[in-house]
Amino acid sequence: MSTLAPELARPETATLSGAEVLLRALKDQGVEVIFGYPGGAVLPIYDALYQQKAIRHILVRHEQAAVHAAEGYARSTGRVGCVLVTSGPGATNAVTGLVDALMDSIPVVCLTGQVPTHLIGNDAFQEADTTGITRPATKHNYLVKRSADLARVVHEAFYVARSGRPGPVVVDLPKDILIGRAPYSPPPTDMHRSYRPQTSPDAGQIARAVALLKAAKRPVIYTGGGVINSGDAASDALRRFVRKTGFPCTSTLMGLGAYPANDPQFLGMLGMHGTYEANLVMHGCDVMLNVGARFDDRVTGKLAKFSPDARKIHIDIDPSSINKNVPVEVPVVADAARALEAMTAAWDADPTSPQRAELAKWWQQIEIWRGKDSLRFTQSMRPGAIIKPQYAIQRLYEITRELGRETYITTEVGQHQMWAAQFFKFDQPNRWMTSGGLGTMGYGLPAGMGVQIAHPDALVIDIAGEASILMNIQEMSTLAQYRLPVKVFILNNQYMGMVRQWQELLHGGRYSESYSEALPDFVKLADSFHAEGMRAHSVDELDGVIRAMLASPCAVIADIMVDQKENVFPMIPSGAAHNEMILGPEHESEVAGITDEGLVLV
Amino acid sequence: MSATTDPTYRSATISVLVENEAGVLARVIGLFSGRGYNIDSLTVAPVDSGRNRSRINVVTSGTQMVIEQIKAQLDRLVPVYRVADLTEQGPHIAREMALVKVVSSVAEKRAEALRLSDAFRARVVDATVGSFVFEMTGSTDKLDAFVELMRPLGLAEVSRTGVAAMARGPGAISD
Repeated sequence: MSTLAPELARPETATLSGAEVLLRALKDQGVEVIFGYPGGAVLPIYDALYQQKAIRHILVRHEQAAVHAAEGYARSTGRVGCVLVTSGPGATNAVTGLVDALMDSIPVVCLTGQVPTHLIGNDAFQEADTTGITRPATKHNYLVKRSADLARVVHEAFYVARSGRPGPVVVDLPKDILIGRAPYSPPPTDMHRSYRPQTSPDAGQIARAVALLKAAKRPVIYTGGGVINSGDAASDALRRFVRKTGFPCTSTLMGLGAYPANDPQFLGMLGMHGTYEANLVMHGCDVMLNVGARFDDRVTGKLAKFSPDARKIHIDIDPSSINKNVPVEVPVVADAARALEAMTAAWDADPTSPQRAELAKWWQQIEIWRGKDSLRFTQSMRPGAIIKPQYAIQRLYEITRELGRETYITTEVGQHQMWAAQFFKFDQPNRWMTSGGLGTMGYGLPAGMGVQIAHPDALVIDIAGEASILMNIQEMSTLAQYRLPVKVFILNNQYMGMVRQWQELLHGGRYSESYSEALPDFVKLADSFHAEGMRAHSVDELDGVIRAMLASPCAVIADIMVDQKENVFPMIPSGAAHNEMILGPEHESEVAGITDEGLVLV
Repeated sequence: MSATTDPTYRSATISVLVENEAGVLARVIGLFSGRGYNIDSLTVAPVDSGRNRSRINVVTSGTQMVIEQIKAQLDRLVPVYRVADLTEQGPHIAREMALVKVVSSVAEKRAEALRLSDAFRARVVDATVGSFVFEMTGSTDKLDAFVELMRPLGLAEVSRTGVAAMARGPGAISD
């Protein structure tokens, strides 16, 4: 239906090939690294890459890993990650990574090859309907059908990926567009015609929010990945606001590090495996300030019983996140940093005093809950004693802290991920990379690779499980090729631990298919991938292995044999409320009833 | 609690001004099916070729919370310029067109069909000795009523356009 002229480009401006135009656009967008894998449809791009030096290409071993690596790069730098894959299977392999980035709001631009325009729709070799397949897997996607559109579309893809709530964008590039001449245009300076997310908060809503908070007797600040995505200014503003108000602060899995974990006002992570004090504060609060979190089901538990007495304020850059699961009284559509800065100014300007006496009582209650020490576990120090997975993470944290190196942690998905979130304390944003929304096993190793590319001198550790790590183990080869000294710290309990935990608690201990049968010897596996392998069998070997791992200049797989029966506690079973937590065996506690309704939830 | 027993459950006529580009309709439909929203009617056509814009009119139903979600989800699609909930904004016009084929050789039924079409201001756009095709424009309710009346008179086929809608008064969606 388009009525635009077929080719608007003036011949004198179209001296570059499409592939060269693409690389120039990437360079102008500040891209320094691309994670990718070649194939027939993208050969023109690889040829152009070969003839330039501005952009570095990292050859992964599977396209899914390319996207996770770009995510790790993006999350640890705050920049847009960039991926290049071929048509057909290249694009379909990337889909899991794209959905992962979509769920966790990570800015990624994924360039996919496509068969030439005249073959589209003909079931050509390595053809897939990439825009069709990735439509629900991306924030937005494009198929470039005319050379004249190429530069504009690439610039727009970066704008869309990083603006508003960030996310993945696919640009599908037919081979004839890459080979043919195309005009170049620099990044546009005018506003996008239709996509203009609101970033400044409404002053009236800020005033209403501050009035609610000033009157609060049992307040809580609940923060999420939006604070991280907003950048360092948001974390700074959050710290100032929390300290100014004296309110307790908790965080989702995605938000860890925005507020320092070692600060006394921090309650730890909330939600399904959150701390006792964080969840009871959420349940009992009278005013809740949500900054950049989305009332995810892992956080709320049973919605009907979620925080029943609280008047809620929700700051989010995405209006569709507000009132989606939980109705709120004061919606604030804005960038987290701007909203928090406006709240801080409004707090100072408002002459009303906060409820200091009531707040002190609230803190007394919180200290009682905190005194329960819900993450407590017992580690026998007897030589030969089996290692508790919690203790392994705790020692990893303590020893890295001792070393004082800039440290980035990625994880796979499962029990080890929750223990990492509970026991590794983050004091800074952008240091914690984990697959939250999609829960993608196999995320941590490629993500760690992307982090290490962005921060060559930093310490990057993938806290893994023995099952998850096998899902993208081929990337050990990428680590070897680029000499990336990523440390893979496997908590090996020989089970898909979280599956096993749910089978124990909800399915009568019938461990259907959750045992990790026929595992490789991870030490030999590391050796075959030109990395260093080491193993700890018992508690007396743990510190030595951790220290050796951290001291190694190479990539390392540390196989930590841990207690097979350990479960992640506290736990809010699916379908239960925050005040119906199951505590660990260390605590005598009533076990919440697991309802049939809860059983269907995941 | 079933959604339909929620007192805020309602129908909503939503107009969406979009960039006329490949895949935009698929995005909107995918959003509805992917998130489990209802589509009672959906129409789309270019409305401003100079600026390359199309208008999608969608009639949906849900609780107030769901309808607010639908609007927010539509609004965050990249090629969407504007989302207007005509039902919520106030008085609006919603019309659709139907072609209704009635097949009968019985003189009484043919005469009754013609009388009713006259009463409903439907036009005869095709006639044979054994059939009529009526063209009719009006609200969804009116079209429904007409189709029901034609059923015993030999209703053979119905083709409907879906709803085109617009707010009453001087305000315009592109404002």
